[in-house]
Amino acid sequence: MDRLNDILNIVLGIHVDISWFLILSALMMFIGIYGFLTRRNTLAILISVELMLNAADINFAAFNRLLFPNGQEGYIFTLFSIAISAAETAIAIAVMINIYRNLKNNFVGNLDKLKW
Amino acid sequence: MAQTIIFLILAAIILGCGIMAVTTKRIMRAATYLMFVLFGTAGLYFLMGYTFLGSVQVMVYAGGVVVLYIFALMLTGRQDKKNPTVSLAKKFAALVASLCGAGLFLFAIITHQFAENILTPPSEQTTPVSLLGEQLLSSDKFGYLLPFEIVSILLLACIVGSLIIARKH
Repeated sequence: MDRLNDILNIVLGIHVDISWFLILSALMMFIGIYGFLTRRNTLAILISVELMLNAADINFAAFNRLLFPNGQEGYIFTLFSIAISAAETAIAIAVMINIYRNLKNNFVGNLDKLKW
Repeated sequence: MAQTIIFLILAAIILGCGIMAVTTKRIMRAATYLMFVLFGTAGLYFLMGYTFLGSVQVMVYAGGVVVLYIFALMLTGRQDKKNPTVSLAKKFAALVASLCGAGLFLFAIITHQFAENILTPPSEQTTPVSLLGEQLLSSDKFGYLLPFEIVSILLLACIVGSLIIARKH
């Protein structure tokens, strides 16, 4: 119990600063890149892209909150970024439904009509 | 500080569910894990005191985008049977590439000296929503009226475009 209290006291003594947010979002970004490189289904690729977009949004908000707390630029930029990624998702899903209608599946290996 | 514990819990949720979202075999589970990642991100915004941003994140992402994913998954039917998988060598190469990139980023972040501002509990003066609304709709020096209107036109174009792309020929 004493040891638990010690650990709790140490954790409570550590403060969150900007680099914690940046490390978290960098890891999230590269998880997304790994998914982007290994997935073969267009919807799963879009899920990875969504992870990367969220990592970038966290960065905007964290920079605004911790380095420039008097401005609202990062806040507003994140709002616009969320709106644009929602638009991007809608278009991408429309394209995927069209692909599915023509090819009966959604795998990127089959999408070679425009290749040459 | 309590901020530290909440941050660590949210980071664990985000990273764990993120890794599951990109490694799980079934796409439906990947979409569900993505939803938890998005909730975790919303939690980070709430932790920073950006409550409006957190609510937008929950509404647009968890309420809109994930539902859109699940609809698209259901419309495109079951594809688990002949799901082509990437070869192990390619997976390994992708893993090495992402680990190298992440290592480079982490090195750059850790060695850089940032300002020593710590995350304090959100107070009255951390960006009230009224100020945000005034700034979004003003055309003065720090106003964002033009981008705001352009985003609305973008969303309209996106609605029309996705209807045209997805309609039956």
